[in-house]
Formats: sequence, structure tokens, C-alpha cells
Amino acid sequence: MASYTIPHAAGFVANDAPRIVTERFDHPDSYTLERYLATGGYDGLRAALERPPADVHGEVRDATLLGRGGAGFPAGVKWGFCPPGVWPRYLVVNGDESEPGTYKDRLLMELDPHQLIEGCLIACYAVGLSQCFLYIRGEMALAQERVAQALNDAYEAGWVGRNICGTDFSVDIVLHSGAGAYVVGEETALIESLEGNRGMPRLKPPYFPAAIGLYGQPTIVNNVETLANLPWIMRNGAAAFTAIGTPTSPGTRMIAVSGHVQRPGVYEITNGTTTFRDLIYGADYCRGTRPGRELKAFVPGGGSAPWFTPAQLDLPFEASEIGPQGSMLGSGAVMVMDDTTDIPAAALTLTKFYAHESCGKCVPCREGATWLERVLRRVCEGTGTPRDLDVLLEVGASISPGDFPHAAVPERGLEAKPFPYQMTTICFVGPSAFAPLHSALTLFPEEFEARVAANAHLDTELSGTAPSEVPVSV
Amino acid sequence: MSDTTAAETAPSTVAVTIDGVAVEAQPGELVIAAAERAGVHIPRFCYHERMSSVGMCRMCLVEIDSGRGPQLQASCMVPVSPQMVVNTTSDRTQRAQEGVLEMLLINHPLDCPVCDKGGECPLQDQTMAYGPGESRFVEEKRHFQKPIPISELVHLDRERCILCDRCTRFADEIAGDPLIDFTERGNQTQVLTFPGEPFSSYFSGNTVQICPVGALTAAPYRFKARPWDLAQTESTCTTCAVGCRVAVQSSRNELVRVLGVDIDPVNHGWLCDKGRFSYGALSSPGRVTRPLQARSGARAADLAEVEPMRNFEPSDWARALDAVANAVKTARPGAIAVLGGARGTNEDAYAWSKLARTVLGTNHVDAQLGDGLPAELVVGLGTATIDDACTADTTLLLCGDLREELPVLHLRLRGAAQAGTTRLVEISPTETGLTRDAAQSERCRGGEAASVLRDLLDGDGPLSDELAAGSVVVVLGRSSVAESADAVAEVTSIVADRVPHARFLVASRRGNVRGALDMGLAPGLLPGRSLITQPAPELAAAWGELPAEPGHDAAGILAAAAAGDIDVLFLLGADPLTDFPDSVMARLGVAGARTVVAVDTFLNQSTVEADIILPAAAFGEKSGTTTNVEGRVSALSELVTPPGSSRPDWMIAAELAMLCGADLGFVSVSEVTAEIAAVCETHAGAMGSPADADGVLVSGAAFEPALPPAHVAPARDAYSLRLVCSRKLYDGGVTVAQTPALASLRAETAMRVHPVDLERIGVESGSEVEVHSERGALRLPIVADAGVGRHNAVLAFPSPELDVGALIDATATVTDVRIETRVTPEPAS
Repeated sequence: MASYTIPHAAGFVANDAPRIVTERFDHPDSYTLERYLATGGYDGLRAALERPPADVHGEVRDATLLGRGGAGFPAGVKWGFCPPGVWPRYLVVNGDESEPGTYKDRLLMELDPHQLIEGCLIACYAVGLSQCFLYIRGEMALAQERVAQALNDAYEAGWVGRNICGTDFSVDIVLHSGAGAYVVGEETALIESLEGNRGMPRLKPPYFPAAIGLYGQPTIVNNVETLANLPWIMRNGAAAFTAIGTPTSPGTRMIAVSGHVQRPGVYEITNGTTTFRDLIYGADYCRGTRPGRELKAFVPGGGSAPWFTPAQLDLPFEASEIGPQGSMLGSGAVMVMDDTTDIPAAALTLTKFYAHESCGKCVPCREGATWLERVLRRVCEGTGTPRDLDVLLEVGASISPGDFPHAAVPERGLEAKPFPYQMTTICFVGPSAFAPLHSALTLFPEEFEARVAANAHLDTELSGTAPSEVPVSV
Repeated sequence: MSDTTAAETAPSTVAVTIDGVAVEAQPGELVIAAAERAGVHIPRFCYHERMSSVGMCRMCLVEIDSGRGPQLQASCMVPVSPQMVVNTTSDRTQRAQEGVLEMLLINHPLDCPVCDKGGECPLQDQTMAYGPGESRFVEEKRHFQKPIPISELVHLDRERCILCDRCTRFADEIAGDPLIDFTERGNQTQVLTFPGEPFSSYFSGNTVQICPVGALTAAPYRFKARPWDLAQTESTCTTCAVGCRVAVQSSRNELVRVLGVDIDPVNHGWLCDKGRFSYGALSSPGRVTRPLQARSGARAADLAEVEPMRNFEPSDWARALDAVANAVKTARPGAIAVLGGARGTNEDAYAWSKLARTVLGTNHVDAQLGDGLPAELVVGLGTATIDDACTADTTLLLCGDLREELPVLHLRLRGAAQAGTTRLVEISPTETGLTRDAAQSERCRGGEAASVLRDLLDGDGPLSDELAAGSVVVVLGRSSVAESADAVAEVTSIVADRVPHARFLVASRRGNVRGALDMGLAPGLLPGRSLITQPAPELAAAWGELPAEPGHDAAGILAAAAAGDIDVLFLLGADPLTDFPDSVMARLGVAGARTVVAVDTFLNQSTVEADIILPAAAFGEKSGTTTNVEGRVSALSELVTPPGSSRPDWMIAAELAMLCGADLGFVSVSEVTAEIAAVCETHAGAMGSPADADGVLVSGAAFEPALPPAHVAPARDAYSLRLVCSRKLYDGGVTVAQTPALASLRAETAMRVHPVDLERIGVESGSEVEVHSERGALRLPIVADAGVGRHNAVLAFPSPELDVGALIDATATVTDVRIETRVTPEPAS
């Protein structure tokens, strides 16, 4: 175990799985340029600069490096969406990590900022960019401080700026501090924020900022962890990368675990093969729940992901297996709840977060999330009625119509509904606000029913008129 | 180039299916717009066809199948694509729309019974048509302080607001005054102004019109009427010369609201606040509603200062017109003059033009008050339309600040510059509303725009090549009334010489000035855009013998009157004491005329000096036609009866002719319209169908204007500043003064000078100084303004408080002023 401590949060926990992005985390001075250079730092960039950009792009494409921000889109493919011949283009690094339960990018920025910078440079070289914006969440003070210091050092040492390594490759990296909005993790909202506007998602289409992004120019938006993989890939090649994990999900990924486990923290796990059981119960990992406690449920991929129960423990960290089972790997955050958990209260905590973080643009999210929170709060406080539980589901259906994804509940004969969901909003924040509540209501209905049973007599019949019967035109 | 190839190869239409019907949509058209054209209405709140889509309200969600199966998508965001299938009535669509409406209403106060919008509210209507019928929301609604004034004219009720982003988008995208925006987040999101900064935009009233709920209400209209009680007619705004199409609404025979109507060639649905709210003047207590005659010996202004009405005694039409006819009959030949006519209809102008030439026997007529360009240039040069100016490769602005003078033309040009359909190049003595959007903006000394243009064309800059390469429209006008029109007119010679393919849009600003000139209310013109020396045969046949002597223009008329050579001076909606640049000459002229007859709606600085005042009908009280700045003739409608016994100008002319023993030949306004069409070849096609909302563009003139000769640049001296008297939208004129909603918004009186000049003459910004010209002196505050060009001293004209015209010599090319820091003590009274 490393000797560094980060007092304000659970830190990195090493294990015996292959390490790609956390190689240097054991060194107490892992964030300095000296340590970085002493441990192979910027070798990946040098290797890249010796090859034509298209080769570097090809290498990343061959590595099938999946985006680590949540959507899991292959980075090499995304880079290819830039329309040819349109300049300038920009790289925007999404360091606005704010998904509940997720704190892996923060550690990457705090403990190995140069690795991120090198990753940015390699991406810029591969796609032909000379301007990069590093958008870091406003609350991450230490990450900002360390990235800023690393940028200054890298500029001074000539790794960033004009004519890097004596070539005609030049890149400027601008550090930008966020103002504290969850929705800015959505890439188009992040671009809006970077431009100085309110952080609100942009209209789609265009679906990818690679076509029209920052200042209307082609823009690549990549997650911090995604870019942090690039130096290793350039040093060791795509083949070495795909040798780790599975063909569809190669490499490793960082998972932040929180909740009722003996050893919460950030783990670098092998993609595609490690299972949730390994992670939660493994001796090298979280070492199980507290003594005498049983696992009740867990969130497999950050606050927006539908919940799993012990029945799904043996699923691996493999998107193609998780989706059909009704959830997503998302941002790499596992939240564990044991049998002491008050499920409605846990759902309320997450719903409250999304209601607070709705940007206010789309009506269903702006009005619906708060509505859900208020009804759910009444249910938790014991003043809800049985119909309130229906209202919760109906309001949720106005945000996300159709079958909402959820895990199978064999004991009640419920089959899993596959990911993803539909939505009436522009971005995923709307359905995310409904996801935890929907899981809680679907997986543990009895806990809600118990809260409202005593008030059943308060429900009276509604007599509405169906809208299609009203003969008014506008 | 590449554009043309793309246009050639791209298919001209896109085949889509909307609700089972095959529709040919335009490439790039949004689904919601394509559906609308196909007769399928998709409900919406935030979508507005003149603004960019934001997809905020989610009301226009429909099922769209672009080949990957039907998906709920916002139809205001998705452009049509080939073989797209759209279903606007499916169960999923209906459920989504019900869900959105239910959510929009959960925090809406439902105070429809006391809401101005109730009865014409898209939220009400769409709730009835598409809503769930009942709400499941039992929590307490969100509360905000009930209406807060966000400007003098607009109130905001945040509880009613559904956050559609229409007003904020309008303020930012269209008006360019981003003074309102969203604050807070999520459920607490609200529209607000910035601290300490009101929403003081000239275009703020448009936000009230496009608000889909009752969140924004107009202060003058609040609680005035219910929509179902309103009578409405379509008309054309005559507040300035842009000619915006409007819907005029009245309740109980009083105008209560004016709304913009969207027509492509002119206003796109927008209005300025002056046009929207100045109807308030019509029912103000200052309105003249019956003929008035001066009390004997009371023509001095001393009484007028206290209580203007006391100068006059009430009269009636018979007595008043008799008095006028007597004055006319006893006048010396050629000693009658008519000033004004730009505030009336084309029919009014024609009738007075005919009266002057055939009954009064005079060519001393001028609809412009020394603040425009030579009439021959206005009528003969102006061939470009507003659309031309918005699509020309380069539009050269050599005019006043259009935001102050012709606000909606400003909007159109700003929109064109933002969209990149034209390139604005501006030469002006100060920054203007369009400076930020101009590709090139040059400062000049007042009166020297022509020489700056010549230098630019001769210089190394790219302007000369750019002008030579593409289409060019020159927007020509007076950026200052303190310089002579010749200084501006010189531009036409330079342009004709160097950029011969350029077309002109003459930015005359007053109401129907273009129509008045077209109808011959100018000393050298006759109706039908013809010269007095070359009357058209039809006109000569209809009018008979015409006075041969060329007439005086406004300056000439006032000078002649001052010299005692004018026996009867008609002020036809004219206020020379306020509007003529040289107020000393105006005062001498009005005082020197033997009999002054005013045909007007209000007592103003000039009409209080009149002997006889004849009450005129105003906008909304008479029908006819009007002509806008580009020569477009469109219809005016009568909605309310004129107050008291006031009458349209044409009728007064016809009756006066009778009393003088002549007959103008018409007894109804439609007969005047028909006669115009008959005798004016240019207008033959326009007058027949003016009911068309777009109006009819009258192009071409019967003559080629002679271009003014090159002009000698005025001498400069090192001490003086060049006086620039520019227009303000809320000026010292009678319309604004008589409109309760606007009177308090009038421009301040400070003189604005570049900070370097201020430093050079050693004056602190904000201090009070004495300004001296050859003509007179004024005491006023002076402030630094970096937007003013060097060596200029800018004052608003006409000012509500200061007699700025006292500084101006109408006979001089320019007016230079000196700033005296030693203020002369005011004489003890």
C-alpha cells in the first residue's frame, strides 16, 4: 500500500491486476515532472511524434480504447468524426467529473497530471489539433492546483507549447475551472460553459461536437481517464493493450467504490473480466460488506445507473453484458448498499441531487425532477398515499417514456428490461433523475408500500377527461 | 462557385411523410415548419420561426422515423431528411405532449381570470387541445414576487413564466440588447434583468407580443381590455418611414394595442417601442379635437408658456374655414406656402399638393423641414429595397443611427450582418447601433462623410475592390441636422462616379415623407415622381394650368416668411420650431407670416403661434395608403372615429377648395386613391391593390435626378468642435411628449465629446459648460464618450429641454462650436 494519503476522500487501492493508468500512484511524488520523466514520462509522446499522425490515430483505433466518461464510445472512432479540411479544431478534456459516486478522474489529475497532459498531446497530434482546453470541475481544488503546476512545468520544459520536441508540432493547453454544475459533464453543456454561456446542453443534431463544437468548430471531447491511457498505448502498442481484458472491452478501467464495503476506494480493474463479485468481495479489492451485514443492492455505474441486486453479482465489467441486464457501466462508480439501507431514503438522496442539478432547460427534467423529489419526500416522511407511488411512475414516464431499464427480479417473475432508455429531454439528466427511484420502486416495492399503506384512505377517485376528447384546435 | 454547384446538384425538395400524407419539404427545413406548411399544426411554445431553435419546451415532440424506427424527437430541432416518416398524433406523441403540458402547469399560477393573456394564450389553448385535462400535482406551487417592472414598459410575472427562452432569445439574437437572461438553475430558473440594469431596449415590446403566456405584459395595456372585446384591423405603422405592418386593436372606440404583423419584405413581425406604444398619444388630453382661432391680439407666446389653450377660443369648421378662405383670397400672388404633409396619408398629401398648385397657386410646398435630403434625390435615387440592403454584398451606411431613426430597418440590417448575408460598412460621426455589427466602421467629422468616403476609395484599403466586385446598396441619410444636406448629397456624385452599379436606399425618417414627396409636396416635384418642369400629360390634363415659378423649400419658405413675403403659411402637421434645424429662422418665419394656419392633432411649439388651428384625424382614425422608405405603398385602416370634429387632411383640403370657389374633384378617400392611380403613371399598379399585407413596391421615377456638384470641404479650425445634431428615438417631438408611456424615456440633453477632445479643452466629464456657435449659445452638461469621433460635439435633436436649433445656421454648410468653461451667470429676473 502506498504511503501517500489524501485526507479528504477515499484514495487509490492497489491490487495485483495489470496497471495502466495508475502505474505511478505508489510514488509519493507521482505528480511531479521529475518523477514522471524518471518513470517513462513523455516517452509515449516521443514515440507518437516519430510516426505520422494517421498512424497514431490508427494505433488508438486498433486499441479499441472505449471512452471512460460514461457512454463508452470508442475514442479512435470519435476522432474520425472530424470533418476533413475544417480548421481550427479543438480538443476539450472533460474533467468535470460529477456523477454521484465517481472520483477516479480526480485521482488521475491529482496524482498523475503529466500523464493526462501527455495524453492530450498525443490526441492533438493524432487528430491535428493545436489548441486544447482542460475543463476541470470547480470543486476539485487540489486537482486544479496540480494540473496547473504540471502545465507550468511542462511548458517550461518544452513539452507543451511551440515546437514540441523540436518538431513543428505545437499545442497550447488552457486550464479552465468549472463553476459547479453537474450537467456540464454532458459534453455539449461543457462546450457552452467553456464559451462563457450558461451550462446547458446544446440541441442535437448535430449529435457529435466533432462536427460542430466549441466556437462552432470541430471539437473532440474526451474524458480524463480515456486520455490518460494514451501514453501507455503509444509506449506499448495497441496489441499489448488489447491483450488485457476482453476484445470488446480491452485494457483496464478505474472503478470508484463507495458505500457499505470494508475497503472503499478507487481500483484499477481489468476490463471485461473482473466481476462485481470480485470487486466487492475480493481480498485484493473491497473485502466485502461489514461483518454481519448482507449485500442488499448496488449501483453499477454511477448515480444515473439503474440498480443491481446480489443476483447480478457475477456479471463482469463488460458493457455488452450489463446493458441487456438493465443497467450501464457509466462513469465507473459502484455504490454498495447493505441490509441496513433505507431504500426510499437512498432513492430520495439521489433524486434530490438530480432535481438540484437540472439545468432548467427542458420542461420534463426541470419540473419533473423536482416533482419526483417532493412526492418521494412525502412518502419517506410517512405522508404519502398509495396513489403517490403511481404518480411517481407516471411522472417518470413523462420524462422517460416506454420501458425503463431495470434488473431482473426472479422472485417476482420480472425479466430484465435492457438499457438504454428513451427520453423527452435533450440530455440524459432527465432520465437519470428517474433512474434511482425507478430501480428502488421496481426492486423493493414493499419498502414503499409499507410507508404509504396507512394513508390509503386519503386517496379519492379522479375523474379526468381524456385530452383527445376535447374538440379544441389551436 | 461551390455554392452554385451545391445548389445545382442538391435536390430541390425533400420527400417526407407527415401523418400519412406525402409532403415535399424544403431541404434543411425543420419538421415543425414543414408540417405547418402542409397544414399539420404541431403544438409549440419555444419555437419561433424568426429565431433559432432551442428545443426547451419539448411541446413539439413527435414521433419521427428517420430509418431507425420511430423515436420521440423535438420537431423544432430536426431538419427533414429523405423518406422521413413523422407521426404527430400517435399514442406516444400524445402521451409525451400531455406529460409536457401537465408539467408546464404544475407551477403555473392559473390566474387566467386576471391575466392579460387570458383568451389569447397559447398555454390555455394548447392545454385545452393537447393537455391531460386534470393534474396529479398536489404539492404547493413555486412562488415569486408578482409582477416586477423590468423596464418602464414591460412587467414580468415569473410565476406565469414557462421559461421558453423566447424573450431572452429575442433580446439577444434579434434586438442585440441582451439585458434579460436566465438566472438560477433547475426548478428555480427564472428570467431576470441584471442588477441595476433595466430592460431598456427600443424593442422590448416585442417580448410581450411573443410571450406564449402572460408572463410579460406591457405597462400601457395592462388590464385595459380582454382579447374577446377587441376590435382589430390590419394597418401600417406611420411612426417612422419603415412602414411596419401592424394589427391595430381598439376597445370602446379607443386604440389600446398595436401588434406587429409578420411580412417578409419589411418588419418580420417586429416593431419598435415607439411604434408599438405611441398610440397612447391619440387619446391624450393634449389632443386638439375642434377648430380653434387665436384670441385677437393673443398671438404672442407669453400666454402659451402658461397654458397654451388660453391663446385660443373654440371655433367651428364653418367659421374657421371661412377665415382661412378669406386669408387665402386676400393673399398676394405667390405668397402662400404649405409646410409639412409627411404625417398624413398619400391621399392627404395628394389633396394638399393639388390644392396648393391648382387653388392656392403656389409651388412653395415642402414636406421636409430642412432635415432631409433634396426631394429630387429622395424620389429619383431611392431604388433599393430593404431586402436589397440586407442581401447586397456590401451595404454602405452613410446615414444617421438607424436604431434611433428607423429602428426596424436597424433590426433587419443587424440580422443580415449577423447572418452574414451582407457586409456593413459605415461612415458616421459617432458610433451607431450597427457599429458592432459592421465589418468596417469609420469616424468622420460632421459633414465630412463624403471626403472620408473619397479617401477610402482612393486609399490602399480593400474597400474599393470590395465595392467594385459585388452588389452595393448605399443607405443615405442625414447623420446630423447641423450640417447642410449638400454635404451628404455629395456622396451621390462620388458613388455615381466610382461605384456606378450601387443602388440607394434613402433613409428619410418621418412617417410618410416618401409618400408626400411622391405626391408632389416638394417645391420642384409633382405627383407621380415627376419634375415640375415636366408634368405628365395625364396630370396636366387633370390639374390644368400650374404655377410656373419654382417654389421655395422649407428654408426658403421660412426665410420668405421672415421677410414678410408670405401671407398665408399652412403648417400641415409640421412643427418647424421643433423640427427645422435652425430654430431662430423657424421662429422668425412663423412670426413673420401674416396668417398661420395649422392642420394638426396637437398644440406644439409652432401651432401655439398659429391664427387658426384645424383638428386633423390621426393614425387609426383614417384610411388610405402610406409609402415607406423604399417606396412601398401599403394600406392604412380606420378603426376608431376621429375625436371631436377632427377630419382627415384630404377632406380639409377639399372643403377649403370649395370655399375658394374650386373643386378638387373628390368626396371620398377612395376617389382620391383612384385619382392618384389615374394621374400618376408610377403608382397606377400600386393603388389598386394596397390591401395586400406586403404592400406594392413602386419603383422608378419619371426623371433622372441631377447629381449635386462636388462640394468644397468646410474649413476647419483647431479650436472648435464640429456640432453634430443626431436623432434620438424618444426625442423632443410632440408624439413622444404626448405619449404617457414614452414621455419619461426621452433622451438626456448632455453634449457628448470624445474624451481626448474633452481633455484638450480642459473640461471634466459631467461639468456644465457654455456652448457657443456663430448663431447663439447654450448652457448644458458635457460628458466624455469614446464612441464619438474626434473633433465632434454631439447633441440629440430635437431635445425635449434645450433649444438646440438656436446653435444651428441653416444656411451654413456645417456648424462649429466652442466650449466655454466660464459659465456666464444667469441674469437676475
